[in-house]
Amino acid sequence: MAPVKRYFPTAQALAVNDLPWLVRHEPERCVLCGACTASCTFGAIEAALPPAGASAAERELRPQKRRPIIVQKAEAAHACTGCGMCEKTCPTGAIRPVRNGDNRWAVLSRTAKGCAGEPARRGGRGGQNAVEKPPRERTLDAIVIGRISQMTDPALDSERHTFDLRAPLGRLLRPGELPLRVDGERLALAGETPPVRWIYPVIFSDMSIGALSTRAWEALALAVAYLNEECGLPVVMSSGEGGVPTRLLESERLRYFILQIASGHFGWNRIIESLPRMKAQPAAVLIKVGQGAKPGDGGLLPAAKVAPHIQAIRGVPGATLHSPPNHQGLYSIEEAVQKMHLSMNAAFGFRVPVAVKCAASATSVAVYNNLLRDPYHICGGFFLDGMLGGTGAAYAVSLEHTGHPVVSVVRDCYRAATAQGLQGRIPLWAGGGVGMHGDAAADAFKLVCLGADGVALGRLLLQLLGCVGNEHGRCNACNTGLCPLGICTQDERLVRRLDVDKGAQAVVDYMRAFDAELRKLLAPVGNSSLPVGRADALVATRKDVAERLGISYAC
Amino acid sequence: MCRIGAIKCQEAVPPSLALKLMLPQQEGHDNSGFALVMQDLEGAFSHYKDMPLLSLACTPEGLRLVNEHMAALGFVQLAQWTPDVDARPGLNMAAMPRYVFSNYDYPESFRLGVQKEREDLLLDTRLALRRLLEEHNAGYVYSFWPDVLTLKEIGDPADIAAYFRLWNDDGRLQARNIVAQCRQNTNYGIVRYAAHPFFLQGHTLCANGENTMFTRNREFQQSVHRGYTGFESDSQCLLYSLHYVLHELGWPLKYYKHVLTPLPAAEAAKREDGEVLGLIRESLAQLEINGPNAVIGLLPDGRLLAMCDAKKLRPLVVGSHDKMIAMTSEVCGLNAVMPERDREKDIYPSERELVVADNELKLQRWLQ
Repeated sequence: MAPVKRYFPTAQALAVNDLPWLVRHEPERCVLCGACTASCTFGAIEAALPPAGASAAERELRPQKRRPIIVQKAEAAHACTGCGMCEKTCPTGAIRPVRNGDNRWAVLSRTAKGCAGEPARRGGRGGQNAVEKPPRERTLDAIVIGRISQMTDPALDSERHTFDLRAPLGRLLRPGELPLRVDGERLALAGETPPVRWIYPVIFSDMSIGALSTRAWEALALAVAYLNEECGLPVVMSSGEGGVPTRLLESERLRYFILQIASGHFGWNRIIESLPRMKAQPAAVLIKVGQGAKPGDGGLLPAAKVAPHIQAIRGVPGATLHSPPNHQGLYSIEEAVQKMHLSMNAAFGFRVPVAVKCAASATSVAVYNNLLRDPYHICGGFFLDGMLGGTGAAYAVSLEHTGHPVVSVVRDCYRAATAQGLQGRIPLWAGGGVGMHGDAAADAFKLVCLGADGVALGRLLLQLLGCVGNEHGRCNACNTGLCPLGICTQDERLVRRLDVDKGAQAVVDYMRAFDAELRKLLAPVGNSSLPVGRADALVATRKDVAERLGISYAC
Repeated sequence: MCRIGAIKCQEAVPPSLALKLMLPQQEGHDNSGFALVMQDLEGAFSHYKDMPLLSLACTPEGLRLVNEHMAALGFVQLAQWTPDVDARPGLNMAAMPRYVFSNYDYPESFRLGVQKEREDLLLDTRLALRRLLEEHNAGYVYSFWPDVLTLKEIGDPADIAAYFRLWNDDGRLQARNIVAQCRQNTNYGIVRYAAHPFFLQGHTLCANGENTMFTRNREFQQSVHRGYTGFESDSQCLLYSLHYVLHELGWPLKYYKHVLTPLPAAEAAKREDGEVLGLIRESLAQLEINGPNAVIGLLPDGRLLAMCDAKKLRPLVVGSHDKMIAMTSEVCGLNAVMPERDREKDIYPSERELVVADNELKLQRWLQ
C-alpha cells in the first residue's frame, strides 16, 4: 500500500492558494506558443502534461487527447507577482494573474524555503500600512484648490498667458544680505552670491544606476535633456547613489543632473576623477541622509542586481550592497552642515548648490531650523521625502511601518521658517507619493501652496517607463533583479525589453501634460508665478486636515 | 473695484478738488466711504510743518487716553484743529464722536535727535496709540507724521464731505499733495483701518484691485518690520513693500516696480542688469504681486507715483498741465478737475511702466 503521506501532504506544504496571486489559465484558448512561460521572469508558471485521464469528465469529452497545460508552481521562491507579463504576451488571452485574497504571504515571505529566517523584502512604495484597507484617501486628496479668481480678480488664460514656472535650488539671501550697492538710480552688484539654479519645479528623483537598469536610467536622462533643450522645461534629475557614466560627467549636459552623495559614496571615485575634465557644472550636489520609503535604513542593492557594469561604475565587488544608515562619522546636524561645506569647497568651488535630503520625520522642523540658522548659510535646499516614496529594495517592515507623511512636514517647515522671517531662504522640495494616483501636477500645486518650492517624482517615472507595480501588491519585485519590464534589473536579456526611446518619449509627454495642467491650476488662482506658501488658495474637505495644515475647511 | 486718485499742485488746493476728482467716478458703485491723505499742508497747519501731526477719529474716552499717553511720552501739544462738523440728519455716514488733528513738539530728548530716531519714535507712538484705542474700543489713529493729515470715514463720499464741510473751501485745509479714495474695502470687513490710503513713515499708498499674493506678502512682512501690521486690507502689503524697498533697503524707486512685478525670468536673463534683477527676485519673491492692481503712491519727498501690475487689469490714467498733475482710476475724474489739459498727453501706464511726478511737476515715465 502506498504511504498515506503521498496523498495527504504535511500542513506546511505549499499550495498555490497560499500565494498572493493565482494564475488563471484557460486551456481551451491556449495555442501552446510558450510566450507566457518565456516572459515570466519569476518562473511562476510552467507547461505540464496533465495526468492521463485526469478526470472522468475529461476522459469522456476528449478520450484520445492529452494536451499540455500551463500550471502555476506552488513555491514561494517562484510566487507569481501579478505583473501580468503572461497576459500581455498571450496571443489568445488564455492566461492572466488574479489577486488571491486567501494568501498566506505575510507568513510565507519570512519562513518559506529560500527566504526562511530573513526579513521580507520588496520594492515599490512605502507607507502602505499607514493607509487603511481599502485605502483611505491621501491627505492631498482631501485638499482642493478652492480660491478661484472670479469677477474681482479675473482668472488667467492658461493657454495664452505667460507663466513663470521656475523654482529655486540653492541658498537664497535675505534682501539685506544681497551684495548690492546703490549707484545713482541703479543697483550694482558688489560681491559674490551663493549659486542658485532656477529650474522647473519638478526634480526627477534619486534613482541610481543599479536600482534602475542602464536603459531605464538612460531613458530618464534622455527625457531630461529633451525637456531642457526642446521643450523649454528645465527639469533636472538626481543621479541617485550609483554614480554617473563618465561620458555624461564630461559632457555639457551634466548641468541637467544633480550628483547625489549618500552614505555608501558609491560612484564618487569616478565623479572626483572626472572633475578636471568637467565642461559644465552639475545642477547641484545632493547629500542624501535618508529616504522616505525606508527611513533610518541605508540603501540596499541586492547581489542579483550588482552586475559587472554596476561593479565598475560604483567601484564595488559583486555582492549585496548595504549603504550604512548614516554617513560615516556624521553624528550631528552641525557636522552635516560642515560636510556640505567641505564637499562644496573641495569639489565644486562654491559654484554648485549643495542640498540635503532627509526622510520626512517628526523631527524635520528641528533639522530645518538648524539649517536655516546655520551661520555659514551654505545649505542650498532641504529635500523632504515622505513615507509614500518608492524604493528599489527595502525590508517590508521598514516600508510599511516606518516613515512620516510628507504633507504636514512641508507645512510645518514652511510655517517654522515663516515665523522667523526665513521662508524662501532654503528651498523646500517635497517628494514621496507625488503623483501616486497619476495627478502629479495637482499634487505638486497643492504642496507648493503649502510651502514647497517644488516636488520630486520617482516612482511615477518608472510607471511612465512601463512599470506595472502598484500600491496594492502588484509586482513590486524591484528587489529581485527580475523586473519583467527591464526597468529595475541588470539582466541583459530583461533590460532589452525596455525601449529607451519609447520610455523617454512617455516621460517627455507626461511632463508636457504636467506643464499644461500646472498652468490650468495657476490660471484659476490668478497667479503667473508659483504660489509658494499660498495656503489661502486651498481648502480642505476634511476638518482634521484643515486644522492640521491651517487651511480653510469647506463642505 | 475701488476708485483711487491723487493730485499734485504747485499751489495748495482744498480737499474739494479731490472730491471733484473722485465723485464722477462713483457711478454704479456702493459709495461706501471716503478717505484722503494730505501732504505739504497750508492753512491751519502751515505754522507747524516740521512738527508731527496726529490724525485721530475717536470717542471722548479715546481722546482722553491719547492725551494722557502723549503727555506721558513727553510730547507737547502745539496746536489742535477739530473740524466744525455739520451733523445734520439724513447724512449717509457713520461718524465718530471726535475728529482731532494735533501738532506736537517732540519730547525733549528727541528735539535734537537724528532723523531715524524721530521716525522710529513717531511710528512706535502711532502703533502704541493704535493698540491703546483698540483695547478700549475707543477710536482710530491714522497717521502721525509732520505735515501729513489723514481723514477717513465710512459712508457716502458726498455726505462725508458735507459733514466735514469740505465743500466750503475756507482755506483752513489745504495741501499740495492729496491722495484720495472713495468706496470702501470690498473683499474684507468694512472697517476704517481697511480704507485706503494707507500710511507708514511718510509713505502713502492706495491701490485698486486685489492682491492675490496677500498671504505670501503678509507672512513675510509681518516678520521683518513692526510697522507692517493691521493687514485689514490686502492692499496694505503694497504700502509695506514700498516702505521696505525705499526706506529699509534704501533702493532707488524703480526697484519697487521690479520687486512687485518682476520681469519674466527668461526676459530678465537677457538684460545687462539681469543678474541684479535675478538676485532681487530670488531674495524678495515673497513680495511679488500677481495682480490685478493699480497703485498710486506718495513718497516722503513729495513725489507721486503710479503703476499697474503685470496683468494690467485695473484702470489708471495720469493727466497734467503746467500747474497740476492728477493720477486716478478713470479719465472722467481728470475731465472734472482739469478739463483744460491737453488730453493727448494723458498717460495710461503700461504694465511695465512706472510714472513719477516730482515737485517741479515734471512727469517721468520709466519702463521696466
